Amino acid sequence: MKIYLDNAATTQPAKEVIKEIDRIQNKIYGNASSLHSFGKEAKRELEKARTIIAKKINARPEEIIFTSGGSESDNLALQGYALANKNKGNHIITTIIEHQAILNTCKALSPQGFKIDYLSINNEGTINLKELEKKITKHTILISVMHANNEIGTVQNLKAIGKICKKHKIAFHTDAVQSFTKVPIDVKKMNLDLASLSAHKIHGPKGVGALYVKKGIKLNKLIYGGLQENNLRSGTENIAGITGFAKASTLNPKMKEITNLRNYMIQKILKEISNSHLNGSLKQRLCNNINIRFDFVEGESILFLLNENGIAVSTGSACSTHTLKPSYVLLALGLKHEQVHGSIRFTLSKYTTKKEIDYTIKHLKIIIKKLRRISPLTKWNTQKK
Amino acid sequence: MEYTKKVMELFKHPKHVGEIKNADGIGIIGNPTCGDEMHVYIKVKENKIKKIRYKTFGCVSAIASSEAMCTLAKNKTLEQAEKITDKDIANYLGGLPKIKYHCSILGHEALKKAIENYKSKRTKK
Repeated sequence: MKIYLDNAATTQPAKEVIKEIDRIQNKIYGNASSLHSFGKEAKRELEKARTIIAKKINARPEEIIFTSGGSESDNLALQGYALANKNKGNHIITTIIEHQAILNTCKALSPQGFKIDYLSINNEGTINLKELEKKITKHTILISVMHANNEIGTVQNLKAIGKICKKHKIAFHTDAVQSFTKVPIDVKKMNLDLASLSAHKIHGPKGVGALYVKKGIKLNKLIYGGLQENNLRSGTENIAGITGFAKASTLNPKMKEITNLRNYMIQKILKEISNSHLNGSLKQRLCNNINIRFDFVEGESILFLLNENGIAVSTGSACSTHTLKPSYVLLALGLKHEQVHGSIRFTLSKYTTKKEIDYTIKHLKIIIKKLRRISPLTKWNTQKK
Repeated sequence: MEYTKKVMELFKHPKHVGEIKNADGIGIIGNPTCGDEMHVYIKVKENKIKKIRYKTFGCVSAIASSEAMCTLAKNKTLEQAEKITDKDIANYLGGLPKIKYHCSILGHEALKKAIENYKSKRTKK
């Protein structure tokens, strides 16, 4: 049995998406910039896809720029906006739990004269709006807050943040890569100026994403060339990927079913495995995210033993990263290092079944027991009780 | 990150997990904040390590390194056991990923500490 519970990393492409990509690859191979019928056909498909994505977030088609994915969209939003609006100010506010595409872009901007402030989170995973307002200065030009976190699934209140941005006349960007199609996004109601989206997190293809750019927002481009995508992102459009992306966005996300399965899994694990705890808020949480820490054991060991049983998950443990640094998101929640080391993330999809969840928990129980028998921390801690 | 077959085999089927009551020497190294903690227990008879057990909190390579260290030290004289290096442990495992090499050092140091602990107890007597 092979069970995929790492859907925040990437998802299995939907059959409908593969069919759509196949159709384009086979028949629509023209360059959308060409003037002949082949080009016109490609252009038609491209604009159809643009309209579909725009509608999903209540934007206008001309406000959607297709990119190579979430990371490029984040880079274009932050670098593009900061560099094009340098004359207005040099201060950017973001959060300490952003994806590395945001954090590392900010790091790259600081030596160019930009000052970056990072908002903290509470033990539920949400930012404090008062802290946000306090950090705003007359030099602040951009606020970037992710919609849903990739590790703990916490969903931020974009509408409230948008209001603050509007009041202070500051541009508002969100990384909505994890939330797109799982949490409603309305760029008008949320007062968004920029929003990053990705295809492969929603059962679409890898290598495609989009950036919503509100009409009138000035951006510097990252890629120079043939002036495609409203002169913001040059390069021949990846029509197959883009139409696959649009297709994926129209499929039923089955949020209710996933939420039920998620709650079932959380309850069952917490009930059946002692000394296990949910990381982050249960209420303001993505429908498919579960992040649980198991006391006295280390996450990489859990991950490998689950993998031996065909179950794919991810961990916040330092031991599983290239840098040997524990998850900065879990540390930001206020967890101790050893608690972060024992954390496992399970992310479900609409293809996940109850049978798979039961099978996973069955093995998880055996694995945690086995590792706790090996761990020297178990005895001391249970004796204290 | 790729682990060798030997690492995975020892990790999946550990044979030296446990504690020794009235151990002659105990070595504790690391701490859970860093993600690894290793406890080693030895029983010594006629200058030889007769029994060796461990308890480890840590990743795949930390557990495999503990196993490798026990296998290498068992039935060795104290002088021989003292000479077991992190390199020996890593070699026994068929190599460790670069960023995991410190796990073999942990095994080496835990064993060294257990032997030191045994010796200091004896001199006190």
